[in-house]
Amino acid sequence: MSSARAERLVNLVLCLMSTRQYLPAERIRATVPGYAEAPNDEAFFRMFERDKAELRELGVPLETGHTSAFDTAEGYRIARADYELGEIELAPDEATVVALAGNLWDSPELAGAAHGALVKLRAAGVEVAETPAATVRPGVHAGEPALAPLLAATRAGRVVVFEHRRGGPAEPAVGRTVEPWGVVSYRGRWYLVGHDRDRADVRCFRLSRITGTIRATGPDGAVTVPADADLRGIVRASAGPGPVTATARVWVAEGRAAGLRRAGRERGPHTRAGHPGVLLELDVRDRGTVARWLAGHGPDVAVLDPPELATAVRELWQAAAGRAVDTAAGVAEVAR
Amino acid sequence: MSGQGVAQRLPRLLSLVPYLRAHPGVPVAEAAADFGVDERQLRKDLELLWMCGLPGYGPGDLVDLSFAGDTVDVVFDAGLTRPLRLTTSEATALLVALRMLHQTPGVVDSDAVGRAIGKIEAAVGAAGPAGGLVAVENGVGERETTGVVRGALARGRALRILYFTAGRDAVSRRDVDPMRLVLVEGRGYLEAWCRRAEGVRLFRLDRVEQAEELDEPARPHPDAEPTDVSGGLFRPAEGQRAAVLELDPDAHWVAEYYPVDDWTTGAAAAGTTDPVGTDAAGDTPPGTPEPPRAGPTPAPPSSSPDARLRVLLRYSDPDWLVRLVLGLGGAARIVEPEELAGLVRARARAALDLADGTLADGTATG
Repeated sequence: MSSARAERLVNLVLCLMSTRQYLPAERIRATVPGYAEAPNDEAFFRMFERDKAELRELGVPLETGHTSAFDTAEGYRIARADYELGEIELAPDEATVVALAGNLWDSPELAGAAHGALVKLRAAGVEVAETPAATVRPGVHAGEPALAPLLAATRAGRVVVFEHRRGGPAEPAVGRTVEPWGVVSYRGRWYLVGHDRDRADVRCFRLSRITGTIRATGPDGAVTVPADADLRGIVRASAGPGPVTATARVWVAEGRAAGLRRAGRERGPHTRAGHPGVLLELDVRDRGTVARWLAGHGPDVAVLDPPELATAVRELWQAAAGRAVDTAAGVAEVAR
Repeated sequence: MSGQGVAQRLPRLLSLVPYLRAHPGVPVAEAAADFGVDERQLRKDLELLWMCGLPGYGPGDLVDLSFAGDTVDVVFDAGLTRPLRLTTSEATALLVALRMLHQTPGVVDSDAVGRAIGKIEAAVGAAGPAGGLVAVENGVGERETTGVVRGALARGRALRILYFTAGRDAVSRRDVDPMRLVLVEGRGYLEAWCRRAEGVRLFRLDRVEQAEELDEPARPHPDAEPTDVSGGLFRPAEGQRAAVLELDPDAHWVAEYYPVDDWTTGAAAAGTTDPVGTDAAGDTPPGTPEPPRAGPTPAPPSSSPDARLRVLLRYSDPDWLVRLVLGLGGAARIVEPEELAGLVRARARAALDLADGTLADGTATG
């Protein structure tokens, strides 16, 4: 059965590509092998409608029209120029990266689509093959499963409904209704950017925090992306590093904390209470983040400046030591 | 008769004839591999195509193939000279993947990726993703060192690298024999035989501080086996240990940021051990294991029990775990192993002592 249908569809494509005229359905029925098996008109039209839908689904550009003003019935044809993949030639290094890109995806939809693209490129005579010198393991980021449905909805201009967590895995998921504008990969994470209908504002959603299925709802073309929408800019503002708010001066013990040194600027040797080390300057964007990072190094670091950072680090140490934390308001017991 | 079957088979049938035109005399097995099907299926496809052709459907109108030994050629293509253009999904999947590669410098030459993107966009035309639909920005430029690494690999030379190991928080110099470049979850790695460690190691390209090509050929040890990265890099590996952590809301991000296995909220974990308990906080000498306490732990006064998260975190370097927990300043507690919980407290005290001591001494001289 499946073979008979596949054969009929191939013949239909070849027939419609070989004609410049629009062929009416009745001509197709009489010409293309397979349709003669339809016992009556109703069965034929059902068959033909399904076949047309299948071809359109696969991206075959089926044109409808009238060859002359005297034609009463609508006809069909396939314009070769619209059907065929454009000319493409890839240099060997380009073909290698295309082969690697084809293996990047993990989710069945995207992996299948990428594989389909590689098959067509090979059929166009492009030799896409990996080299042993480089390899790609499928799997880009957490959040990839959400990518295919969001891309599809964004392309179609449809509203999406999904559940999204604000934070870590213990946070409750909240339902969101979003007009999708686009997806952005920023610093190794995927984000959806769009208009959040519930909050009536532009929002970014990390894809790895979307739980469950993504449902597209409403008609195609319902979403209008503002012409001046800067997707990257929106994500950068929301998820990117903030501005540098201070410069920290930190003593680092000799031979320790290589990670801090990589991130900072060494300003020469510096001795702290008899311990040799270096003076390091660090850009501070978020005080809490820098304080945690510094505090993790314990006695290998000492914050010289600014005082607020020194206090923040000291409080972390006090809490980790299980001691009472001196706060500006006085002394509070560690509450646990 | 499943539509799924036709949906997969029809594109293959339409691509097969142009593929055979572009690959004269291709072995059937090779064609099958290129299409991702077995040889039996490919032969069935070829038999079906033989029945297809142009209206008239006489001998001169049908697709004609010739078989010689295990190879196949196309004699008449019935007008199937080029493959069907890419669908929007196909173009999107490939172009987005290429943009990801473009933003992951090191494993491939970004210049080649850029050229490939341009050519494929031109070939797919309208099927490409609309300009603004997808954007990729990973904030890392091509590093000078990755060019050196790729060059050494291409020329089969050994490398001397200065490498930052995050776990040990240290930089070390190593001579390595490059094997290949690997892209795993969006990050580039050099896989090489490390002469110092006498084993195969994966070096994150963005942590190679310096790289110098040596004037000697790369000779990976004969026993050097490529790492199996099929399951990802973060999996319970040999030498990896597991710690049980309890996280307050301020530290919940840890469970998302690092690979953790199980997690339960405080409600489910109530009644289990709480080594840094409410009343014991602060007065346990470092390294003294506390006896497990029976019965439900009273909820902390300031937060709901649900707000606590208990996770199993895998780590290979105890120092790394101590740094992480110490930096969280009490918002995370090590439940197991207890000796590391003691080490966190000891480090915190030593840091406070040093800070207090130097404050008493006044500002040190530089």
